[in-house]
Amino acid sequence: MRTPIFKVLKPGLQTTVQDLGRFGFREFGVSISGAMDPFSLQVGNVLVGNDLGEAALEAPLIGPVLMALNDVSIAICGGNLSPQINEQEIPLWKSIVIKKGQILSFGELKEGARTYISIAGGIHVPIVLNSKSTYLTGKFGGFEGRAIKKGDILYGNPFTRRNRKLHTKLIPKYTNPLTVRVIVGPHTDKFTSKGIETFLTKEYSVTTQSNRMGYQLTGPQMEHSGAADIISDAIPLGGIQVPASGQPIILMAEHQTTGGYSRIGTVISADIPLLAQAQPGTRIRFKQVSLQTAQNLLIQGKNMMTTLYRLSRG
Amino acid sequence: MSVEIIPLGDSAIRISFGNEIDESTHHQINRFLHNFTSYKIDGVIECVPTFTTIAIFYDPSKIRYRQLEKIVYSVMESAKELKLYSPIVYRIPVYYGGNTGPDLQFVAEYNRISEQEVIHLHSNQEYLVHMIGFVPGFPYLGGLDKKISTPRLEIPRAKVAAGSVGIGGGQTGIYPSEVPSGWRIIGIIPITLFDIEKNNPSLLSAGNYVSFFPVDWGEFLAIKERAASKNYKVSTYMKGEEIT
Repeated sequence: MRTPIFKVLKPGLQTTVQDLGRFGFREFGVSISGAMDPFSLQVGNVLVGNDLGEAALEAPLIGPVLMALNDVSIAICGGNLSPQINEQEIPLWKSIVIKKGQILSFGELKEGARTYISIAGGIHVPIVLNSKSTYLTGKFGGFEGRAIKKGDILYGNPFTRRNRKLHTKLIPKYTNPLTVRVIVGPHTDKFTSKGIETFLTKEYSVTTQSNRMGYQLTGPQMEHSGAADIISDAIPLGGIQVPASGQPIILMAEHQTTGGYSRIGTVISADIPLLAQAQPGTRIRFKQVSLQTAQNLLIQGKNMMTTLYRLSRG
Repeated sequence: MSVEIIPLGDSAIRISFGNEIDESTHHQINRFLHNFTSYKIDGVIECVPTFTTIAIFYDPSKIRYRQLEKIVYSVMESAKELKLYSPIVYRIPVYYGGNTGPDLQFVAEYNRISEQEVIHLHSNQEYLVHMIGFVPGFPYLGGLDKKISTPRLEIPRAKVAAGSVGIGGGQTGIYPSEVPSGWRIIGIIPITLFDIEKNNPSLLSAGNYVSFFPVDWGEFLAIKERAASKNYKVSTYMKGEEIT
């Protein structure tokens, strides 16, 4: 089954098809990609009745304008870009049926940085190396390896279902300043103790030099003990690399698999979704936590998502 | 050599095998990986070997750090005894010089040798693939002859063609896709290093070797055409075997 669901009237800033990422090929230099905010992606899938890992559209800052080519349930989750159907505002974190011929559009950016448009029945794009995610720099995956363009037609297997919404207490709050929790290291010896202290006590702002690959931050210099470079090694999602300038870069969903800058810490998995919603200008503080705390939070989050999924099925 | 094992964020473990980029470090990494991956441990997602480290990515909801660390130590012990098979050497054709190798002349002049000598020194070598990174399929090769090492361009080019072969300082490599680069481009290969249509998309893996052989423009075009119609197989031999 391959049914047209949306025609792209305006593409938005950089709207891409993303799922939970492309795993298993990092040893060949293939970035994991996937949704910057996997929490919103998965909640959207639950609301429309998809599997947790189905692909959705990810739209940063300026959303697309899409015309429905069939009736389908959709859910808008994540950043609030003022979603509308035929110019009537619609709620976030709630599934809603869009009818054939109606137009989904977005307005002012009110909160967060990117929104997810989940579609009942998912998006039909080829599965490349086990994933539907768009890998922009690799130019493959998703919709022809690129952001959507005017005139593109998205296909899927659309259906409609009873509207569902996320419990209000589960809706994340996107704050400014934002505290993100980190595990310190691995290149701790590349920094002075003053440098580490600066990292854990001072405030940094997200600059406009921020995209799916990483967030360039600006703030007090994180002092190195010597050279800033390392023998290139593997980078985890959320790795915080610090070049000689002392200004950190947080590596996000489409980060390179390896890199040669020293890394002072790694953002914990549980805080990646909140970080993904930080707009340029957001002030960020880093708070050290233990590995055990980070892993407990990750497991709690995963269990919570599994419970939501089961409830939506049951 | 001291091995260091530490957490890398909350979903990876990092094993460091010292600070030397050399073949003996690489062989230890390779030996460990062969042994470790053979156990197919539940919760382990993937391993990424680099010059001196291995990152093991895992799912903490399936296996916790302390459990995995224990396994890593025991695998490390038994890996010491492991015998590795001879690695594969991939023989990759290169069209040196011309418009697609614009810096060949500079590399020759900088090193005060002829272009022919550059080609001879570059192709008469078995390079170890230490790791793949930067972009999909890009091999970090070790073993460049110091006689042809050449500093990078002061201003990098905004893009170099897919398949370009370059020298950057004491390193050489091949760009699988069009990328910005400050390396001196001395030639181009007619084959694809990274193909998403293959189950194993990367021709090369860490632990393989690469050797280059020069081809002329006519041969380059012929191989390119055969490769495009999936009708060209890169020739290989086991390291240590004579080429026939």
